Amino acid sequence: MSEISLQVDGKQVTVEEGMTILQAARSVGVAIPTLCDHEKLAPYGACRLCTVEADAHGRTNLIAACQHPVEKDLVIRTRTEQLDRIRKVLLEQMLAHAPDSEQIVALAQIYGADPNRFEKDANFCILCGLCVRYCAEIKQKHAVGFFDRGAKREINFIPEIAVRECWDCKECFPLCPTSALQAAYVLTEALMSPPEPVAKGCGGCGG
Amino acid sequence: MDIGKIDQIIEKHDSEASLLIQILLDIQSTNNWLPKEALTRVSEKLAVPMSRIQHITTFYKTFSLTPKGRHEIHVCVGTACHVRGAQDILATVEAVTGVKPGETDPDLQFSVETVSCLGCCALGPVMVVDGEYHGNVVQAETAEVLEKLKLAETAETLEKLKQSETAEVVNLCACQ
Ligand code: SF4
Ligand code: FES
Repeated sequence: MSEISLQVDGKQVTVEEGMTILQAARSVGVAIPTLCDHEKLAPYGACRLCTVEADAHGRTNLIAACQHPVEKDLVIRTRTEQLDRIRKVLLEQMLAHAPDSEQIVALAQIYGADPNRFEKDANFCILCGLCVRYCAEIKQKHAVGFFDRGAKREINFIPEIAVRECWDCKECFPLCPTSALQAAYVLTEALMSPPEPVAKGCGGCGG
Repeated sequence: MDIGKIDQIIEKHDSEASLLIQILLDIQSTNNWLPKEALTRVSEKLAVPMSRIQHITTFYKTFSLTPKGRHEIHVCVGTACHVRGAQDILATVEAVTGVKPGETDPDLQFSVETVSCLGCCALGPVMVVDGEYHGNVVQAETAEVLEKLKLAETAETLEKLKQSETAEVVNLCACQ
């Protein structure tokens, strides 16, 4: 595979073709904020926090670093006034959903996001898709998925699958930046009956 | 919905997972809505996860996961139709069918929906009944179109009755 060199925040970076800008930046120690990115999952580009400025062919574009593959001679800036403003607004919107999410609050402090700018919305999910993608890509169980669209889009468990798979897994729980997932699961749990305990050892003597 | 019928539709599309939406559309148009058994069957046959099917069926408005009537009535309440009296049309529809927008009657005869624009504002107010456009409708006409449907339905039901064993009862009446 051929190598590609580009510039990230003034640093010259040479990485393999096919890598993302986010990976290239990380390789030289440049941190780009992310929420929906996960090393084991395919890039998804839902949160847009990783937006960076990219100069190419005489134009400056705003691109999602987690999704965009490296290109020859790109000039990337990861922190500018414009980017700070974009991230601030994104975080303010997320805070309307999940004002107490540790991850979001920490980022909000960096970018000066005002938690009260937008009216609070009782839906805690920020639609990062980590749970849905983890369940589909890594576990291949598809127990949780997206429903509806636009402002009504939400995640939900498929009760029939959840009843078989989720009790003993719950690996998606720690991934959720807002705990919305746990809440959705608890609601689903109310619909399902716990699996029969599997008898261990000898049923007669209890050993 | 009959499983055999669902299988037929799936087979018509060679059980091809990439034709998922087409298959769902076919089931929707045959049955007017997508019952859960149908979705489960499609999921099994095409090896497409249920979460994906749910994602798609809740995304597109064409799909209905709740029962729909045999006759679908869409009344446009977009700006142009609104100023030309869409509300009166809607009221007439409700009076004749007894069904409110977004609802279906228990006999699954009519489903009524409002839409925001049908792309033919010059014809406003517009009502679409079973895919047929009725432009510049006035209240009386609305009622007429729907009454006709109702009559047709009644006639159909009677026809079915006639063919069944109870037919005699119907035939007994001399005035028929
Ligand atoms: S529930 Fe959590 S992990 Fe799942 S999409 Fe919403 S915010 Fe992301
Ligand atoms: S990390 Fe790139 S869009 Fe979320």
